Amino acid sequence: MNTLVYIDHFKGEALPASWEAVGVAKTLGTVTGLVIGSGLEALTKSAFEYGVDEILVAEDAALTDYRAELYASTLKQAFSERNWDVLFFPTTSRGRELAAMAAIDLNTGVLVDVVALEASGERITAIRPTYSGKVLAKVTSSLKPQIVTLRGRAFPKPSPQPGKSGTVTKIAAGSGALTEVEGYSTAEGGVSLTDANVIVSGGRGLAENQSAQLPAGLDAKQGEIWRAQHGFTMLKEMADVLGGAVGASRAAVDAGYVPYAMQVGQTGKLVSPNIYFACGISGAIQHLAGMRSSKLIVAINKDPDAPIFKLARFGVVGDLFQIIPALTIAFKQRLAK
Amino acid sequence: MKLVACVKTTPDTTATVKVENGKPTWGEAPLVINPWDEYTVEAALQLKEANGGTVTAISVGGEEARIALKHALAMGADEALLISDPALKPVDPQGIALILAAVLQKLGGVDLAFFGRQAIDDDSGTTPAQAARLLGWPALTLVSVIKVDGSNLRVERAIEEGRQIVTARLPAVISLVKDIGEPRYPSFMGIRRASKIEIPTWSLTQIGIPAPASVVEYLSVMDAPVREVVCELVTGANPQEIAEHLADKILGEKLL
Repeated sequence: MNTLVYIDHFKGEALPASWEAVGVAKTLGTVTGLVIGSGLEALTKSAFEYGVDEILVAEDAALTDYRAELYASTLKQAFSERNWDVLFFPTTSRGRELAAMAAIDLNTGVLVDVVALEASGERITAIRPTYSGKVLAKVTSSLKPQIVTLRGRAFPKPSPQPGKSGTVTKIAAGSGALTEVEGYSTAEGGVSLTDANVIVSGGRGLAENQSAQLPAGLDAKQGEIWRAQHGFTMLKEMADVLGGAVGASRAAVDAGYVPYAMQVGQTGKLVSPNIYFACGISGAIQHLAGMRSSKLIVAINKDPDAPIFKLARFGVVGDLFQIIPALTIAFKQRLAK
Repeated sequence: MKLVACVKTTPDTTATVKVENGKPTWGEAPLVINPWDEYTVEAALQLKEANGGTVTAISVGGEEARIALKHALAMGADEALLISDPALKPVDPQGIALILAAVLQKLGGVDLAFFGRQAIDDDSGTTPAQAARLLGWPALTLVSVIKVDGSNLRVERAIEEGRQIVTARLPAVISLVKDIGEPRYPSFMGIRRASKIEIPTWSLTQIGIPAPASVVEYLSVMDAPVREVVCELVTGANPQEIAEHLADKILGEKLL
């Protein structure tokens, strides 16, 4: 099969799920990569190292910022000349949207957020989680081309082969932009939750640190938030030692402790890190839906009956304000940092 | 401004969903407005309050679709419209996008169509972008802040890397994330009004399109595999000892 992989990136830096998609496409046949944007040289080089056989480069000042309509038209134009059997996208914010639009543009369907797939002959059958992963659906589409978006961290990332190269073909930008990009306000740096190998998450329990010295003049609610944010700083220190990111339960977000961007769960981010620490999180079903596919779950909670322990491989029943700092030191020593 | 909120009825987030007789079931759990669509309605109401206009809630489906519409009305939507047709079999999200695009055309003069980022049953999250593509309107997805000035629109989109600030002209499709603001609770008066209001129904013939066929075939559904874990409680004489035991066990899994 001839496959196309849309390589999603931000300012020339690929999202890891793009390379995972290249790995999947590679198992099916020849892989053409598509990169759209400007300043794409390093990205193109990486694409070959991760296994792309040929790369199409749409490089134009007008393409510098991701704009859905313009990118979708560029893809449509490329397709009209090349007719791939399968188009793969990583299930990122951009990948999902472009795949959806491509399905309309190319009169076909899209299999969204796939976590496993098999090809028999020319037909792809895929597994995708529905109901927040409570139910898995086996799906296919008889229409051509087949469009599939692949969930990040569901497939292995291929090991890059330094120095590998291939054919670079320049393609033209599409037309029909309907938006202008004024700029970005980027979140504070650090590892993004969906890419993170390790996530340290906190819940309501983070506000229960009675020993912290409150600054004067805070009312009860302000004091609670101050305590919780103090607690999240403690989680961040451990996450930094492990090269991970900090997440939160819905309860912690709703209580105003941390911004919504940190929420893990059914109405937040779906994550699947190698190690997930649930600290002071009881484990409501909506939270479990967002992190249940984590490889190893570690729960630290003072309530031995908290539902989170049913999903955890390791648990500590105790005061997280004593355990986490000690655990951070223990990791530091063992990882020699 | 003519504002439309597209909503869907789904099982409650606390539902235990299981496969029985080849179909997802959720026992006694109630059907509710899709939680993401509460933000849809909230965004439309906020914009109406800031710029004037009307909010129409639309849903496609059978009788169950009225649950989401009633909730939107109770929150404060001016009117509701149910798209229902015996010819309409359960259809995939792309089919819904086709129907909604046709309805938005048919309504005429719509300035903004609001969608939730995804429905918590199918979890596709593709309908807003597809409806926009069919209409030829800009797709402003994952929006957290909206400003309208005349026919100019400025939004902030939540992307992996932070916020992207985008401008466009009306009409447009917008899908919302939670940062838009906590959805208001239906008021007592709102609930009373919603229970009395007659919701008009449009058939596909009235919209002027045939029943769309699903482009994705659902071959089968199965319960997610149960996680077979036995939690090992890590203990020790003091926090330091517990932490050392736990760190050794975690690192022993070789996942870092």
